[in-house]
Amino acid sequence: MAYADAHDDHGPQSFWTKYVWSQDHKVIAIQYAGTAILVGLVGVALSNLMRLQLGFPGVFKFIDPEHYYQFVTMHGMIMVIYLLTALFLGGFGNYCIPLMVGARDMVFPFLNMLSFWVYLLSVIVLMVSFFVPGGPTGAGWTLYPPQAVLPGTPGASWGIVLMLVSLAIFIVAATMGGLNYVTTVLQARTRGMTLLRMPLTVWGIFVATILALLAFPALFVSAVMMLLDRLLGTSFFMPALVSMGQVSEYRGGSPLLFQHLFWFFGHPEVYIVALPAFGIVSDLISVHARKSIFGYRQMVWAIVAIGVLSVVVWAHHMFVSGMNPYFGFFFATTTLIIAVPTAIKVYNWLLTLWRGDIHLSVPMLFALGFISTFAIGGLTGLFLGNVSVDIPLSNTYFVVAHFHMVMGVSPILVVFGGLYHWYPKISGRMLNDTLGRIHFWVTFLGTYAIFFPMHYLGVLGMPRRYYAYEGYEFIPPSALHLNTFISVVAFVVATAQLLFVFNLLWSLKYGRASGPNPWRAASLEWQTPDTPPVHGNWGPHLPVAYRWAYAYSVPGAPEDFIAQNAPPEAGGFEPEPGHDTATRGVPA
Amino acid sequence: MAARPVQGGLCMVMAIALIVIVVGSVLFHFLSPWVATPLASNWHQMDATLTITLVITGVFFIGINLFVVWTLLRYRHKEGLRAAYEPNNHKLERRLTLFTSIGIMALLAPGLFVYAEYVEPPKDALVMEVLGQQWQWRYRFPGPSGKLGLTDPRFVAGNNPFGIDPGDPNGREDIVVNSNEVHLPLGRPVKVLLRSHDVLHDFFAPPFRARMNMVPGMVTSFWFTPTQVGRFEVLCAQLCGMGHSNMRGYVVVDEPQKFAAWLKEQPTHAMALAPPAAAAVAAAPGDRVANGKALAQSKGCVACHTVDGSAGVGPTWKGLFGKTETMADGSTAKVDEAYIHDFIRNPSARVVKGFQPIMPKLDVSDEEMAALTAYIASLGGGAARP
Repeated sequence: MAYADAHDDHGPQSFWTKYVWSQDHKVIAIQYAGTAILVGLVGVALSNLMRLQLGFPGVFKFIDPEHYYQFVTMHGMIMVIYLLTALFLGGFGNYCIPLMVGARDMVFPFLNMLSFWVYLLSVIVLMVSFFVPGGPTGAGWTLYPPQAVLPGTPGASWGIVLMLVSLAIFIVAATMGGLNYVTTVLQARTRGMTLLRMPLTVWGIFVATILALLAFPALFVSAVMMLLDRLLGTSFFMPALVSMGQVSEYRGGSPLLFQHLFWFFGHPEVYIVALPAFGIVSDLISVHARKSIFGYRQMVWAIVAIGVLSVVVWAHHMFVSGMNPYFGFFFATTTLIIAVPTAIKVYNWLLTLWRGDIHLSVPMLFALGFISTFAIGGLTGLFLGNVSVDIPLSNTYFVVAHFHMVMGVSPILVVFGGLYHWYPKISGRMLNDTLGRIHFWVTFLGTYAIFFPMHYLGVLGMPRRYYAYEGYEFIPPSALHLNTFISVVAFVVATAQLLFVFNLLWSLKYGRASGPNPWRAASLEWQTPDTPPVHGNWGPHLPVAYRWAYAYSVPGAPEDFIAQNAPPEAGGFEPEPGHDTATRGVPA
Repeated sequence: MAARPVQGGLCMVMAIALIVIVVGSVLFHFLSPWVATPLASNWHQMDATLTITLVITGVFFIGINLFVVWTLLRYRHKEGLRAAYEPNNHKLERRLTLFTSIGIMALLAPGLFVYAEYVEPPKDALVMEVLGQQWQWRYRFPGPSGKLGLTDPRFVAGNNPFGIDPGDPNGREDIVVNSNEVHLPLGRPVKVLLRSHDVLHDFFAPPFRARMNMVPGMVTSFWFTPTQVGRFEVLCAQLCGMGHSNMRGYVVVDEPQKFAAWLKEQPTHAMALAPPAAAAVAAAPGDRVANGKALAQSKGCVACHTVDGSAGVGPTWKGLFGKTETMADGSTAKVDEAYIHDFIRNPSARVVKGFQPIMPKLDVSDEEMAALTAYIASLGGGAARP
């Protein structure tokens, strides 16, 4: 396809069309990521407010139970949806997919632009809920009815309505973006870029996006149904009730129906966050260990298998919900089966490091931090997925520790690793290494110090989502002192994130010039004619992929990487299926 | 790329950090004072599956981290070194898959066997129903018929927290425990039926391990056998609104004879409905304060009202009596006996400024009212002002 056919030669010229109403996937990626990071900082601040109460109960008078539950709820929802989902799909997805598959842009650029602005609208609606009468909802991020819409829960009047509306708007945005990412991966790959030559980053985001398209509708309908329950008095989720001594008008609805719908979205959501992280970290490890990713095909199939299995495990969140107890057998089994492809991914990361040439750059530090934190988070999932082990641990601090490690800390370490890795391509400048290392060490060791001990508080039986723990005899005073320690560490870790934001802004102007390919990486995004890539990405001619993205340290090759678009004579082809080594891989 | 010496040093630092994490985790595990509460039920198998899981996953956790340490020490970048080219190793991949699948089965199988027992309560189990409501617990046992009365939220009232159907003769025989403390006999399986009329709750006493959510609109259940005599704290483990963390209850496990004696003392539903026969003998003022304190505990008042001046869902009782409160509509009222009576009898009539209109209406007899008022007054200290 001729360059001029697809785009005009110059791209948009004015400031507004170039940076604000932009249809360029790279600008939209930055808009998505910037908004997500900003709202993420709000989420971090909320977690610190929560930790103020837990670490120093009663000292800060403005944190009453009402505010505490609002902080808990908004922290959870912001981090899962508005930060992680938006950042991985809208941020990394937008930036990486077209560049990595050799496309000029997403296939529907206008829809892509709309996706961001609709996402921004959902964030604004969410933030407005802080300022309405009664404040934001305090129903917990799971928004379980009936309490989410009944007095006795903070924000039951306006907060819950705005939360549900914001979620519905977010899902519209995610759907517009998601259709784009999937279509681009399927239709806009450049010549030679077969599906099994795509970098794992693209595979992770691709499968996560398909999951998002399948799972978000369940959340969308439950948000609409709860809105109807709240505003029009329908009874989808509301049985006959007596609330605060008043008999309600509701009749015959099922709170469990909501939980099924919520977790039918909610568990795939874990993998909507995790699969892009798996993909990105595979690329970080391969590039910075100068070694082809171990078992590429197995990695792809593991991503697909996890994606498929993730839609049949949801009720492991509901082992003690009161659903038919016989479901427990099925969901415990599927949940533990999903551990097999997940473990394979971990082995393959380790085997990529094995006999590698490990460069401990800042992105690599974060990737290793991910392996360790994901290991503990994934392994504790085996406690909670195994139904009879889950029963005493359910809804305790063990759960808090588990999900923060597995879908909070470990994906966010990949986000950081990815940003340190691709920042040079985005800006043409390196992020500051020293600040990056300080950021890594405080975050990595700090989050361990925060969440590791929480597992033990959970085994002790301390329930989560408690405003205060005073006066319970089974909780020793030492557990409350531990809470103070955890809070102090949380403040330090939160502060270190400001260092990262500072680094992002400071390096934009003062960072060392990076050149086009500072990490000597093989995948296509590093082979653009301009850095940062200009509108249309590739200049007059699209690149041609002659090999996979992991031709590192190929024996006999002059350098320790062969770019994906280097001429075929350079060798380094992907291994044929069924062969252990690349039969065609060695240059003649 | 960064200068080479930094690279080598960093690899060492990362390797040491991971070793510290591994050693620290193991030490933490053995030295931590935060361990499971002593088991007081039959579910020792749940503790056993926890241990099996901990050992197997612990080995993986240590193995994964130490493998990274080893690669960092052995394969860190050195001048002239080149990585091996090994994109696949099918034999190794197959072995690892097999090995993991066996490990997973070893975890899952014992868990499912234990769960199979959990879902099948013994036929001879004692039936106890627990009602969770914001933010208190109530209990009932079936009468001589062995059947609990039918219920409907329409019938819920202060003297009928379960909403027992007045037309159901079984219901009249139900033994209703109108307090947050219940007794159970040692060594007999108990099938716990769970019910709620407002929001989700979860009846959880950590030493029993077993638990389940209560869901309005349906009856859920679980079972356990108490194996230790004692008084065990019950907490709510499913977010149920602002008073969630103070929804306290107690299970007292007695020798069977003692339990039978206790059960006999509990009124039936029919007795609770009957108008009070003769007015109870008024207690002396000192006893009243003590009675009021006990009532504040058992009725669940303390879930929302603190007595030490700290923040709660409702106004603290410390210094309340004698104070002038401002209402949400801007009017003011002096807190005296009449004020407290009005508020307890008709909580939704007005709202204190800064608080939510969420105080439930409770069934309180005149004598109980006097005791509660005396207790609140004793915390007020007349002229005490915050």
